[in-house]
Amino acid sequence: MNLLLEWTSAFFLLAGGFLCITGGVGLLRMPDFFSRVHAAGVTETLAAPLLLCGLMLQMEWSLDLVKVFMILVFVLATNPTATQAMAKATLTGGQKPLVTGNDAAKGDSPSNS
Amino acid sequence: MLTAAIIAILVTMILALVRAFLGPTEYDRMLAANSFGTKTVLLIALGGHALSWHSYLDVALLYAMVNFVGTIAVMRFFENSKQDGKEGSGGAS
Repeated sequence: MNLLLEWTSAFFLLAGGFLCITGGVGLLRMPDFFSRVHAAGVTETLAAPLLLCGLMLQMEWSLDLVKVFMILVFVLATNPTATQAMAKATLTGGQKPLVTGNDAAKGDSPSNS
Repeated sequence: MLTAAIIAILVTMILALVRAFLGPTEYDRMLAANSFGTKTVLLIALGGHALSWHSYLDVALLYAMVNFVGTIAVMRFFENSKQDGKEGSGGAS
């Protein structure tokens, strides 16, 4: 049982770390603000619960476990909200999403999806 | 495994900082700052457990709340200031 917990925690931590780095690389290398929001928001929303679940599996039963669970719920609730608010503020502020030539020829308003 | 996760979080924080310095617009900088804040919460939680600090989870929880409220407030400020300043490009959408 202990070994199973340890291996599951290690898997969660490694997957969360990999997703973290993926989000960072996407944040740095994507060409456009909206794709950067996508890269950062999607990976953060999955990486934070994975890392915190891996941390929870390593702790014993105490109040700290409940606190980590509260952090998990809070991050899971606020992270998509903040991402959506940022994208909406950018769109209202006058920035247009970068589209390719094929998409631009099809429709003139790609931002209303 | 905690060490590997902490190193991954640190690398991601460095990448977010590079984007915050490079960012062409202020929205990019704010996105990088928000990402940096979330990674700070994770770093406090994991690093506090690895180094067995005292009451680190309260700090992490408070940091998450302040990060969220700060991001929303700054985005509100940018949204309104841009709409007032440039009516030609921002008013249509």
